[in-house]
Amino acid sequence: MTLTIFSQQLINAVSLGSLYALVAIGYTMVYGILRLINFAHGDLLMVSSYAAIYGITIFMLPWYVSFPLAMVFTGVVGILLDRAAYKPLRDAPRISLLISAIGASFLLENLALVIIGGIPKAFPRPDMFARVITVLGVRIQVLTLYIPTLTLILLFGLLFIVYRTKTGKAMRAASKDFETTRLMGINLDRIIAVTFLLGSTLAGAGGIMWAMKYPQVNPFMGVIPGLKAFIAAVLGGIGNIIGAVIGGFLLGLGEILLVALFPGMAQFRDAFSFVILILVLLFRPTGIMGEPITDKT
Amino acid sequence: MQRKSLLASAMTAAFLIAAFLSPVQAQDTVKIGAYLPMTGTVASYGQMEWDGIQIAHEMKPEVLGKKIELILVDTKSDKIEAANAVSRLVEKEKVVGIIGEAISGNTMAGNPISEAAKVPSVSPTATNPLVTQGKHYAFRACFIDPFQGEVAARFAFNELKAKTAAVIIDIAQDYCVGLGNFFVKEFVKLGGEILSTTYIQTGDQDFSAQLSAVQSTNPDVIYAPNYYTENALMAKQARDLGIKAPILTGDGAQVDALIDIGGEAVENMYFTGHFHPEAATTERGKEFIARFRKKYNKDVDAFVALGADAYFLLVEAIEKAGSTEGPKVRDALATIKDFQGVSGVINMGEDGNPIKSMVINKVEGGKFVYVTTVNP
Repeated sequence: MTLTIFSQQLINAVSLGSLYALVAIGYTMVYGILRLINFAHGDLLMVSSYAAIYGITIFMLPWYVSFPLAMVFTGVVGILLDRAAYKPLRDAPRISLLISAIGASFLLENLALVIIGGIPKAFPRPDMFARVITVLGVRIQVLTLYIPTLTLILLFGLLFIVYRTKTGKAMRAASKDFETTRLMGINLDRIIAVTFLLGSTLAGAGGIMWAMKYPQVNPFMGVIPGLKAFIAAVLGGIGNIIGAVIGGFLLGLGEILLVALFPGMAQFRDAFSFVILILVLLFRPTGIMGEPITDKT
Repeated sequence: MQRKSLLASAMTAAFLIAAFLSPVQAQDTVKIGAYLPMTGTVASYGQMEWDGIQIAHEMKPEVLGKKIELILVDTKSDKIEAANAVSRLVEKEKVVGIIGEAISGNTMAGNPISEAAKVPSVSPTATNPLVTQGKHYAFRACFIDPFQGEVAARFAFNELKAKTAAVIIDIAQDYCVGLGNFFVKEFVKLGGEILSTTYIQTGDQDFSAQLSAVQSTNPDVIYAPNYYTENALMAKQARDLGIKAPILTGDGAQVDALIDIGGEAVENMYFTGHFHPEAATTERGKEFIARFRKKYNKDVDAFVALGADAYFLLVEAIEKAGSTEGPKVRDALATIKDFQGVSGVINMGEDGNPIKSMVINKVEGGKFVYVTTVNP
């Protein structure tokens, strides 16, 4: 393998890893605060991509209006999802929430299927993101530079909200103990709504980035990103926001290196991710940045 | 006592009416079932084939003096759903013939069930040889992959002047694996060299690692016999990486969604195909194209044409057999000669595989353009 090819593969890895990281942040945040594995997170990616497409094609909005609107829309869908699928189960055993999340995921996918149909749609990628630049023989899609930048901006924004604002303090309190937080006079439903708003808006950002990188949108497009983000979150230590970013990058790097070093093994790429998931769960269930497991009922 | 007997007589009456009614209904219509992917990853195929079947039904709505009733079951592009769909058509709907599935893997899941029930089936577009091999009741309306892979290899070697090739195969699809193997065999036989063989999986979206590896070997042509979504995304990423080699693929690519998603990246993509409206020769084909254009205001695709042909073949066989009994229809299907189909002239050969010509098309100016016809 020449240096150019190696650098190219490294760029490919950063590009894929930052996308996983971006999706994993939202995933892990909702888990960190509610201890809920939101299986519908991947499907929110799909909702946001379609919203962005329709903003451009039906409402004739320029992309810089349509994309943020799609993210906000996804945030609202996230809140509605919480109200419909998770809120009624607030005091139920955790397993009921998990089942409800899986149901919500199927519901979103099939709803999209019925409303939109199964044929994949092209995503209108603005020219400024589709450009390719060449550095020393390595081809870099400019999107590959934007995605990690956006991931880092959103990461720091999120860290600021969680650790520097009052709402963030309430979120962290809620993550420790619902009942006591409620007794302290905090409006728990509002905090949870904000959590879902943030998490789903992040999913929205991930969805748009994903659709720009792989400009094909269909009702099941969220399944694989959702699974990969889940693995990235577990690898990084589920619930830990910085861990999600590290986990995402590592997972992308691992997948690309597997294919680059052993081209004949390319078909085992997804299997590789799941093996990582299993190994992490077996040997270090709290992941790279994980906190020790605490009991919380 | 009185109430009981009243109830009993009412029930007897109901049974009698039911027993009397159902055979009458069954005699009125001939039921033909279709199991197709109307949703899921290959929904485009199923939806196009269903469009074709419906127009064909309009053109020929009756057989043996009875109305033909079409029953459609969605397979959701899934093997298990495909098998369930055939069970339902056979057991619940009691169809006399089955059209489907669109892709090889799903047809292989459905065929054993119709085979066991002795119901003849015709797949419009399942091209893998194994689909009908060793089966008595399984047929298809399309040519098979060995032919397709060979023609692709010859086209690459002779017309595109390619001496080296890279092959990228979707390992999850019997169709893609088959095509890849037949291409490699023929290309090597002609004196070409295969520089690399890499794999992807249905639903994959990132091919950058595979493509970077391909790029390092700098092949004259890339053979990627995969379905349209993967092909479109792969072409985009290949062009972004600066790979200029022409991409050659199979009949699974001739779907509008390929151009919608691929845009400029799929320009000059070549593929072996079943049909192009410009190459339509039969009277039936011309009438079909006219009707289709009038109804949908667009051109007939290969999948539309083959969907229609699957229907026409089944109906023709029922007519020829003069009966709807499975074994008789099956024998009539197996001996079809010089059948004037929408996609061309069909002669049923060994194993229920038609012998027919192939076209080579390419994408040019955002359209599928006819290049040439290859006869078997």
